[in-house]
Amino acid sequence: MLKDKRADYLTALILGGPFLLIYGALFLWPTIQMVIISFTDAPLIGDGEWVGFKNYIKVLKGRLFSKAVWNTGYFVVLTVIPSTLISLAVAMAVSRLKGWKQALVMAAFFLPYILPVSVVFLTWNWMIDMQYGMIQYVVRLFNDGEAIALTRNLPFFMPTVAVVTIWWTLGFNVLLFIAGLGNISPEIYEAAALDNASRWRQFTRITWPLIWPITALVLTLQLIAQLKIFDQVFLFSLGGRQDATMVLVQYIYKLAFQQNKGGMAATVAVLLFAMIIILSVLQYQLLRSRGKK
Amino acid sequence: MNHNQTSQSTTKPNHTQRDRFIDIGGLILSLVTIVGAIIWAFPIYWTLITSFKPETEVIVEGISLFPKNFTLEAYTFIWENTNIAGWYLNSFITSSFITFGVIISSAGCAYIISQLNFPGRRLLYILILGSFMVPIQALIVNHFILMAQFKLLNTWAGIILPQLIVPVVVIVYKQFFDAVPKEFKEAAQLDNASHFKILFKIYLPMNWGVTSALAIVTFIGAWNAFLWPFLAATGEATMTVPVGITQVKNSFGIVYARTMASAVLAGLPIAVVYLLFQRRITKAIMLSAGVKG
Repeated sequence: MLKDKRADYLTALILGGPFLLIYGALFLWPTIQMVIISFTDAPLIGDGEWVGFKNYIKVLKGRLFSKAVWNTGYFVVLTVIPSTLISLAVAMAVSRLKGWKQALVMAAFFLPYILPVSVVFLTWNWMIDMQYGMIQYVVRLFNDGEAIALTRNLPFFMPTVAVVTIWWTLGFNVLLFIAGLGNISPEIYEAAALDNASRWRQFTRITWPLIWPITALVLTLQLIAQLKIFDQVFLFSLGGRQDATMVLVQYIYKLAFQQNKGGMAATVAVLLFAMIIILSVLQYQLLRSRGKK
Repeated sequence: MNHNQTSQSTTKPNHTQRDRFIDIGGLILSLVTIVGAIIWAFPIYWTLITSFKPETEVIVEGISLFPKNFTLEAYTFIWENTNIAGWYLNSFITSSFITFGVIISSAGCAYIISQLNFPGRRLLYILILGSFMVPIQALIVNHFILMAQFKLLNTWAGIILPQLIVPVVVIVYKQFFDAVPKEFKEAAQLDNASHFKILFKIYLPMNWGVTSALAIVTFIGAWNAFLWPFLAATGEATMTVPVGITQVKNSFGIVYARTMASAVLAGLPIAVVYLLFQRRITKAIMLSAGVKG
């Protein structure tokens, strides 16, 4: 019996070994190292002196950090809620359809999601091109016939990147909502139809409360994803005023790879870490308790 | 209730009026949905069309939804003037290794958590569940330091290693392994089969659908990855496709047909994979998000 158990441990170690090794060396260790480095003045490559909380004070007092927090928060607000509402509407519209029509419409909404971010960037950079961009026909309608450089004009930068992001990632949310809508028994709707309940009433009394767990999930997943935003914002800001549109991960990138301040970059990374964990736990608890009522 | 039984196929008389009304409303809704889908997919169409136009036709005022002079000029230019063949190779090799590594290591780890008894089993699972929330993006600094220490920057291994952490795959596998009836394992153990045999001959083949779905989605994720390959590969020789196409953009000047051709080339393999495996992909995405379809 004892021998059996020992053999079990050995198998566990061998089968689980590769994952444990990867997890330990490339996840746990870098995480620990990140915290350690955040208390030193290390450059990107090389050792540094222990400086205590100096980095934290410097970062938290810095103008660029609050700018990055603000921009990231702004981006989250611009993407998470609109995207959730639009994707619920699209999911409801798509799940009404049947057969090939449904497959085709779903593919149209989902296709952008599987594209690499750089393809999304190049596509939209062309769509919003000052001279020949498709979007400028719409912009000119609202701006007395004048085109606007949407990613070079500060007030337009974040909203533009947010719209592009919603376009890119909507399919994922739609997919989750369609699955959720499919799990609502049609009998409930049939009963409501017999009672002559209006569509709006059916939505507020049946669909919305029953889909709420999925809505909470979508909101949480998106919040986490958008707090980590980098790619699109970085690509669209290339050649522009990057500091003004800086987001948190981009700030880490700037400190580490452009200013060679490994310690400071790790400090921002630790703060981002903490923010994401606190916010996502808070949001999840909040949304779950609301769903129970 | 009697009249219902006489003719099941016709609608109930007192509801005919309302049903017809709903049909018209439903028709309008369907129409709006289809128009929305066309608008949503338009940027992709526009990218494709632009890439087949001669540069002189791209910069003509007005919207021409079809190239007047169809040409592959932009593609031959990209093929001859960039290292795209090399980027394809890099992307293909790194994505394949990441997929293989993630699937094998995760299946092994999920198996021991699901089927074996060893101290620390629960703790391990909680650690993996918890790492869901942790932003891998925050680890870029320390991944970079680690890869630099082992002189792996600008190598395939350097691009691959930090991308091997996909804890959600372990979680999905564990759920599926939990659901395999115990009789299979017990019967195999009576035949003195080892745990390796049980995993690779019973558990994995029984969950082939999940494995292929997860593999496809992991591959897409690895192919699309931007931030880490962008940092790990600084030379044109080791870049992946999504990184490469953003790097050469500037050297073209404003030549949109060529830029769009590079975008099409970067997105094409993924689009093809998506069209071939649409259902598996959507299934895997829902599994990863913890939603039953």
